[in-house]
Amino acid sequence: MSIVTVQLGQCGNQIGFEVFDALFSDSHCPQGLCSKRENEAYQASCKERFFSEEENGVPIARAVLVDMEPKVINQTLSKAAQSGRWKYGQRSCFCQKQGSGNNWAYGYSVHGPRHEESIMNLIQKEVEKCDSLSGFFIIMSMAGGTGSGLGAFITRNLQDQYSNSLKMNHIIWPYGTGEVIVQNYNSILTLSHLYRSSDALLVHENDALHKICAKLMNIKQISFRDINQVLAHQLGSVFQPTYSEEGSSHYRRNPLGDLMENLVPHPEFKMLGVRNIPQMSEHSLAYSTFTWAGLLKHLRQMLISNAKMEEVGIDWQVRPPLSGAPTLGKMSVNRNLHFNTSLANLVILRGKEVHSADLGGFKDPALYTSWLEPDNAFNMWKTQRAFNKYEKSAALVSNSQFLVKPLDMIVGKAWNMFASKAYIHQYTKFGIEEEDFLDSFTLLEQVVASYRNL
Amino acid sequence: MTQSVVVQVGQCGNQIGCCFWDLALREHAAVNQKGIYDEAISSFFRNVDTRVVGDGGSISKGKICSLKARAVLIDMEEGVVNEILQGPLRDVFDSKQLITDISGSGNNWAVGHKVFGSLYQEQILEKLRKSAEHCDCLQCFFIIHSMGGGTGSGLGTFLLKVLEDEFPEVYRFVTSIYPSGEDDVITSPYNSILAMKELNEHADCVLPIDNQSLFDIISKIDLVVNSGKLGTAVKPKSLVTSSAGAFKKRQEKPFDAMNNIVANLLLNLTSSARFEGSLNMDLNEISMNLVPFPQLHYLVSSLTPLYTLADVNIPPRRLIFITTCKLKGWRKAVLQKRCRLYRLSSRSTANWMPQKACPWKTYPD
Repeated sequence: MSIVTVQLGQCGNQIGFEVFDALFSDSHCPQGLCSKRENEAYQASCKERFFSEEENGVPIARAVLVDMEPKVINQTLSKAAQSGRWKYGQRSCFCQKQGSGNNWAYGYSVHGPRHEESIMNLIQKEVEKCDSLSGFFIIMSMAGGTGSGLGAFITRNLQDQYSNSLKMNHIIWPYGTGEVIVQNYNSILTLSHLYRSSDALLVHENDALHKICAKLMNIKQISFRDINQVLAHQLGSVFQPTYSEEGSSHYRRNPLGDLMENLVPHPEFKMLGVRNIPQMSEHSLAYSTFTWAGLLKHLRQMLISNAKMEEVGIDWQVRPPLSGAPTLGKMSVNRNLHFNTSLANLVILRGKEVHSADLGGFKDPALYTSWLEPDNAFNMWKTQRAFNKYEKSAALVSNSQFLVKPLDMIVGKAWNMFASKAYIHQYTKFGIEEEDFLDSFTLLEQVVASYRNL
Repeated sequence: MTQSVVVQVGQCGNQIGCCFWDLALREHAAVNQKGIYDEAISSFFRNVDTRVVGDGGSISKGKICSLKARAVLIDMEEGVVNEILQGPLRDVFDSKQLITDISGSGNNWAVGHKVFGSLYQEQILEKLRKSAEHCDCLQCFFIIHSMGGGTGSGLGTFLLKVLEDEFPEVYRFVTSIYPSGEDDVITSPYNSILAMKELNEHADCVLPIDNQSLFDIISKIDLVVNSGKLGTAVKPKSLVTSSAGAFKKRQEKPFDAMNNIVANLLLNLTSSARFEGSLNMDLNEISMNLVPFPQLHYLVSSLTPLYTLADVNIPPRRLIFITTCKLKGWRKAVLQKRCRLYRLSSRSTANWMPQKACPWKTYPD
């Protein structure tokens, strides 16, 4: 089943390119460490999901590119065409001359209705090319104008028009120190609208990715390209094919559906995060060896202590609360903000001897909230085919409390600004009134409270 | 890609404008090696086939034939504009883009605003409409003028009202040169105050620049270049005040260095909108992020570096910090006092602003 990607805004388009590039490079990588037949099945599965075929054999990404100014789309299209290995469809992009000016209201209320028909037509054409549609993967940022505002509008439209298909929004959490002054406003408006219309929100934080680049990859001058490549690696390790329930002969057919079934048990809890291990520069890769036990131990501690990356970020002092304590006591211990309680976890293992990996540590009931059994809350996917030249790699997608603090911070800063009504005139100019802001604040406060009480 | 039209009013405005167009041409010449008329150039210039008579000569793609600036030059006395038209930039301006008179405004805001305003309103409107028609997607008007004189101040601000009525969707960015403490125009305080009222109501963003600060920057540069300590280590063409590499080596006129600084500012402001990079910042984003309340639209600007050292270990970066302040003087975390183009008195920052000032960078890709 295929996934149609919608890339919105500067951020969305730059990331989208890196993601497709990573997926393609991995599926055609010669170091798969598995049999030829297996490799071919993997390639076919990846291709069915993300690429469609053209007459001269160059795969075309199943993607729609949308931006309100032409520079980034032109750059993305030419980079893809230059690589010669895959490309974007010639008519799958939509762009205008003048951007959204970092204004959520402009993206949502002006660009949205004005270009609704053209954009939905493009998406429909892409959907028609698929044999069967698994769902939509929408890549956008929260801080800008097009990605956030137009993204929220498009997601709502997709919900109306394709109510049977799943939508996963991949959102980029802006730097804490900020790229855009009104990013907090744009973020809360985006999140509140997406919470109503999207099925799952996969979040990547710029700060975390930046730290990974600096500490683990040892990159000196970190550019957005480096950050996007780390991100693409993490997404690739989640979305590349894995074995289905029937065993190693078949690859999973419905990645989005299975992901959401495992990870989003309740509509109030939609925020997902990704952690990946190991993550290092290509030079170091040749000198490293891994064991499943070591990788999984680190991964578990990353989950519990809410670390974003291995080695440097992990706090080994954090331990899960003792089981056997009375429920009241357990609740109060869980209030310890350092311990990250999960709602649901999905571990994806790729590489050699994947059957020997022991995941007992993840089935500990102390990791999870009291109203879900670990059997329901924890799932594992695996494949023997190695990912992106890593002999063994593990990814963890989790629905947990990891975003409580950042979300709280953004809501707090936005509220601070809102209290003095700063910048509000820029939004009311285009139809977003103060009530909309208040609604967003209420919804997000509720989300924060629900996650805190896990 | 969007286009911008530059309207230069008065003696000061036209002299700065002249430096601006010179610098713009040099910048594009350095970037655009093949001579193809691309989107970046089209934001300030049109490509015209001079063999075709009349207005039909615009070419949108292909090799550069003849570049015409998207500009309107207004002055109520002929001296300055004539000098531009006889100088090396005469081919860049269209004779239909000028409005001149003979006598001048006599440093009187009322003459500039009321008398010449009503006299030339139709002509001004017509020239602006023409230049807007040549644009595919007009985003912004840049108005350059001084606050202390008569034409720049009076007629320049009259223009704002005209632009607001005629093109309400297009941004109006005003670069205003404020008079310094020791100004030779006695009536400059009156002219400035009367102009301020208009700026408050009709401009979208104002970039105030003050002559004294420009003097200080120049003396700082001179000190470094001539003192001998770092003097030999400074790359001469990298000075923010230099017009090195201009079409013809001409005599350095007294205000040239200062005008170059302002021209640099305007070019750097728009460079992220014209050239692609990993994080683009357009003009409407500047307006969105820096104008929290409609009347607080005065942006203080700083430029760095003022010169590039020849030592390769020190990486050159062009950064502009633009912060907003009400002119009564809220201090913001601007880079360095010496780099500021406007003097501020210090007060505390507003408590709703984010803790760190947000730098807006142009990434030199």
